[in-house]
Amino acid sequence: MANFETKGQHFVALCMLGMLLFNYPILALFNVPGTLLGVPALYAYVFIAWAGMIAAMAYLAESGT
Amino acid sequence: MLHGTTIILISFAYLGLLFAIAYYADLRADAGRPVIASPYIYSLSLAVYATAWTFYGSVGRAASDGIGFLPIYIGPTLMIALWWVVLRKILRISKRNRITSLADFVAARYGKSALLGGLVTIIAVVGILPYISLQLKAVSSSFTILVQYPEIILPAQAGAVPMREDTALWVALILAAFTIAFGTRHLDAAEHHQGMVAAVAFESLVKLLAFLAVGAFVTFGVYHGFGDVFARAAADPKLRGMLTPLEGVAGGYSNWVWLTILSMMAIMFLPRQFQVAVIENVDEKHLNKAIWLFPLYMLAINVFVLPIAFGGLLRFPGGSVDADTFVLTLPMAEKQELLALLVFIGGLSAATGMVIVETIALSTMVCNDLVMPVLLRLRRLRLNERPDLTGLLLGIRRGAIVLILLLGYLYFKLAGEAYALVSIGLISFAAVAQFGPVILGGIFWKGGTRAGALCGLLAGFSVWLYTLFIPALARSEWLPIGLLEHGPFGIELLKPLALFGLAGLDQINHAMIWSMIANVGAYVGVSLAVSPSAAEHRQASLFVDVFRLSGEAGGARFWRGTASAPELYNLLARFLGSAAADGAFAEYAASKGLPWPGERLAADADLVHYVEVQLAGAIGAASARVMVGSVVKEEALTIEEVREILDEASQVVVYSHRLEQKSHELEEATQELREANERLKELDRLKDEFVSTVTHELRTPLTSIRAFTEILLDDPDVEMGQRKKFLGIITKEAERLTRLINQVLDLAKIESGKAEWAETAVDMKEVITDTLAAMGQLFKGRKIKVEVRLPESVSPVTADLDRMIQVMLNLLSNAAKFCDAHDGRIEIALSERENYLRVDVRDNGRGISPKDQEDIFSKFHQLGGVLTDRPRGSGLGLHISRQIVERFGGKMWVESDLGRGACFSFVLPTAAAAERVA
Repeated sequence: MANFETKGQHFVALCMLGMLLFNYPILALFNVPGTLLGVPALYAYVFIAWAGMIAAMAYLAESGT
Repeated sequence: MLHGTTIILISFAYLGLLFAIAYYADLRADAGRPVIASPYIYSLSLAVYATAWTFYGSVGRAASDGIGFLPIYIGPTLMIALWWVVLRKILRISKRNRITSLADFVAARYGKSALLGGLVTIIAVVGILPYISLQLKAVSSSFTILVQYPEIILPAQAGAVPMREDTALWVALILAAFTIAFGTRHLDAAEHHQGMVAAVAFESLVKLLAFLAVGAFVTFGVYHGFGDVFARAAADPKLRGMLTPLEGVAGGYSNWVWLTILSMMAIMFLPRQFQVAVIENVDEKHLNKAIWLFPLYMLAINVFVLPIAFGGLLRFPGGSVDADTFVLTLPMAEKQELLALLVFIGGLSAATGMVIVETIALSTMVCNDLVMPVLLRLRRLRLNERPDLTGLLLGIRRGAIVLILLLGYLYFKLAGEAYALVSIGLISFAAVAQFGPVILGGIFWKGGTRAGALCGLLAGFSVWLYTLFIPALARSEWLPIGLLEHGPFGIELLKPLALFGLAGLDQINHAMIWSMIANVGAYVGVSLAVSPSAAEHRQASLFVDVFRLSGEAGGARFWRGTASAPELYNLLARFLGSAAADGAFAEYAASKGLPWPGERLAADADLVHYVEVQLAGAIGAASARVMVGSVVKEEALTIEEVREILDEASQVVVYSHRLEQKSHELEEATQELREANERLKELDRLKDEFVSTVTHELRTPLTSIRAFTEILLDDPDVEMGQRKKFLGIITKEAERLTRLINQVLDLAKIESGKAEWAETAVDMKEVITDTLAAMGQLFKGRKIKVEVRLPESVSPVTADLDRMIQVMLNLLSNAAKFCDAHDGRIEIALSERENYLRVDVRDNGRGISPKDQEDIFSKFHQLGGVLTDRPRGSGLGLHISRQIVERFGGKMWVESDLGRGACFSFVLPTAAAAERVA
């Protein structure tokens, strides 16, 4: 990562993406009957998206340090 | 069997272990080898966020709302994504200004206002009371349930069990004693509690392991994995709706959004989060790991919440058992005695961790920002003259800890029974969310003023009191319930739960909407309306521009006055003790390169600022300001002066930055100019040389032409034979002139890149045979023997046929010119190597000396020189030939020894090879 400012901008963008992912209407798409490996769709989605978000944060935070 | 005494003993043993860890960490810190200087400990200590609410309450919330417990953890994850921007800034500001608490931060930002610090403290204490009561409730009820083992009797039904009535009071008192032991053993100038942080990090591990253990047991021990639990829930008509919970059950999307925003604020502004994340931070770099480890922790501790909630609902149908206790009652129902005990310890960890950090943070605030400013202003107490105040400071903090826990207990008695754990906690979240605008505004917006902050906080807090705190008391019948149903004095519009007729919302949503409108509106509105004082202006700039202004001395520029070093020393000694004061002064003196103690230490602005910052570490920014003001005579700066200093500073920064940029650009431009100049000079030199050579070359034939024509003109009697000879010479010289001019033109074309090149497949064998045929007459005339060695066939090269003939003609005519005059011999060879063709032309002339071998390829170079020998060529042929060969990717050179002839060779890549390179 080139400098602190760019990194900050990437984090802000990531936060905005998170706000989109954990909000209406994306959540509504998964608020339906149906399961993934036995786990209800909404629960599976939230946990997977959450884990993905953490992975992205880890990548950003640890890059260039 | 689990007896009450066994459980109590184990609990105390656990608390003892925590204390041992804290003690060890403190020892290590004193020895200069801190254990907490690790990003992992930092991340774990942040997990003090997960309290009994998380441990017991999440399952309770999930059992009624399904996924409704999750925004409390997703919100922080989103906020932590902004930590790189927000928390890094707060950390930098706090380190530079020695901030000791949340209240201190707000007070310092808005002109070191004691009033603002006090208000923040009051809001924090009142706002956190429900949260502390939640922990007391969780510990006491989990204890009450556990002692009934193996029966499952809820506290509400346990009226028959005597003596358990006031477990909560005992818990409160024990925790108070414990916190005092943890947090107020001695006074640290930086308010670091390394022992506490180590213990809290350990507790975070314990509660995570305990929760994962019970989660794994329920999911895989009682049921057969996640799929099984959810499948059974789906089969139950009452639970089926909770699998798609966002319509209806969880209060819909707006509830979800508000909870997310609320917990985003909470993760930043809960006093204990501020304490561990900012005050206890020892290295800004720890943030890099914490940014993803802490969210990962929250993810891990939530994975099993839903299986436990559904497991509990399936196991205890019909609401016979409070869902808040599933974590404990499920292992009990399955007769897992040890697991139940582990759960109890986990819950105890979660609750004690929160209570310890929260009360230490609050007691610091109460002491530094509420009590001390008042005491210091009461002149009757003559505090200014007391030699040592450390005892007093510690006493105030201890008293505050006991008081806060007792108030928490009181709230639990008054209002705690009526609410579920999560609902109690959310009331506290809403209270600390009120700090959001003032702090976030404070670090990014210079326009926020003290008056604006005061009004914003007051407005937001009042709405919070009215819409959340009072209804909680009214629900518990301590206030008339009519207040909720009909509004105060029967005014329906003012009903606390439907203010101005805004009905149909969740209680928290409703309170957040109105309190945020009031808070932000007042903060921004009043800030814009009231102009700031000099002190506010200065502090605003120090906070917002923290990354631009450098050095701790940032604040010293704003001070002007007189002081004496001994007085400042005495002041510091009174609050920190003389040992700490000595250390601080010695450090300062060392930084200035002066001895301490010594007379030469000047009590200048730097020292005054240094002392104030040190003092702020112990008693807060606002109080430190008052104390320092009491020993130094300060000339107040006017707002214009502050503005001037600030403008000056920022302008200087901007100017110097620009100047640097400009000089850098200038340097680059100069360098370019210099290079261009060098090139021009070189070109100029070459041109001069060229012109002089060309004119020289032109003059030689012209001179001889002129000489012979003059002879013919002056002397008409020249013999016919003689005349013919002269005319022959004139023709030859004219031809030579023409050739020279043609070659110069040709060269000019090639060098300027205007020459037209045809690129076709050329057979070199053909080129050589054609050239030989054209020159056959010449060779015969001079009696030169020509030997040619050509292979059967060669690969074609990509080149211009006419140009290649030109090259060959040039080499052959050179060879003819320079070979032995009597026994001339020329050998021509063509051969093919892997990727290229090679042509050699060998003569048996006198050869070329090594020093001339490279020169002959340059312009107008003629062997033998023009003066000693008759020039036999223009001097351009080889130069042009080489240019042509190089144009088609080849090379030309000469090998020769003096007296043994010369061999001119060139190579050209075959068409196939040239294509590969391209």
